[in-house]
Amino acid sequence: MIRLEHYLIVSAVLFSLGLLGVIVRRNLLIIYMCLELMLNAANLALVAFSRFTNHIDGQVMVFFIITVAAAEVSVGLALIVALYRKRQSAHVEDLTLMKL
Amino acid sequence: MQANDIFFGIFALLTLVCGILLVLSRNPVNSAMFLVLAIASLAGLFVLLNAFFLAAVQVIVYAGAVMVLFIFVIMLLDLKEEQRRKIKKFSLALGILTASAVGFLLARTIWLSGVGRNLQPQLEAGTRPLGERLFQQFVLPFEIVSVLLLVAMVGVVLLSKKDLR
Repeated sequence: MIRLEHYLIVSAVLFSLGLLGVIVRRNLLIIYMCLELMLNAANLALVAFSRFTNHIDGQVMVFFIITVAAAEVSVGLALIVALYRKRQSAHVEDLTLMKL
Repeated sequence: MQANDIFFGIFALLTLVCGILLVLSRNPVNSAMFLVLAIASLAGLFVLLNAFFLAAVQVIVYAGAVMVLFIFVIMLLDLKEEQRRKIKKFSLALGILTASAVGFLLARTIWLSGVGRNLQPQLEAGTRPLGERLFQQFVLPFEIVSVLLLVAMVGVVLLSKKDLR
C-alpha cells in the first residue's frame, strides 16, 4: 500500500536533485530548468497532502503555482536572452559584474 | 500488490531517473527533453493522486508551453560550448555533499515523523469540486493571477526590446 510518506520522499529526492543541479551546473538555462524541477517537487508534495488529508485547497494552490511558474519562466528567459545579447554568454562564471 | 502501487513505482522511478539525467547531461537540449519526461511522469503521479485536472494542466502548460519556450531559447542562443569547460572537482564534491545532505535530512524527517501513518487516501476530487473551490473562495487570487500574467507579458515585451537601457 502506497502511503503519504512515499509520495513525500519522492518529492524530497526530486527537490534535492534540483538543488544539486542548481549548485553544480554552470549553464544559466540548465540552472533554470533545475529550478522548475524543484517547483514540481513542491507541487507533488502539495497534491499528495491534498489527497491524503481530504482538503482540495492543496490542488488549488498547485494550480496557482503552475500559473505563477509560467509567468516566471517567461520573464526569466527574456532576462537570459537580454543578458546573452549583452554579454554573448549564458554561463554564471562570466557574470562577474557585481563581484568585488 | 495493487496496480496503483506498480504504477506509482514506475512513475516515481521514471521521474527520479529523468531528474538525474537532467542534471548530468552535457547538452542543454537533452536536459530539456529529460525535463519534459520528468514532468510527464509527474503528471502520471498526479493521476494516481486523483488530481486529473492538474495532470492535464501539467502536461499542457509545463510540457507544452513552458518547455517549448525553453527549447526555443536554447535554439536561439545556440548553446554548444558546455563541452569545453570542466567543473572543478572540489565544487562538484561540495555540491553533491550539500544536495545529498538536504535530501537525506528531508527524507529521514518525513519517514521518522510518520505523517501518513493513520491517513488513508480519501479525497475523491475530480475537476468539479476544484472548479467550485477556485471560483468561490479563491476568485480574488484567481483575478490577481490574471493581472500577474498581464504584468509578465508587458515585462517580457519590454525586456525583449532591441535598445534596452
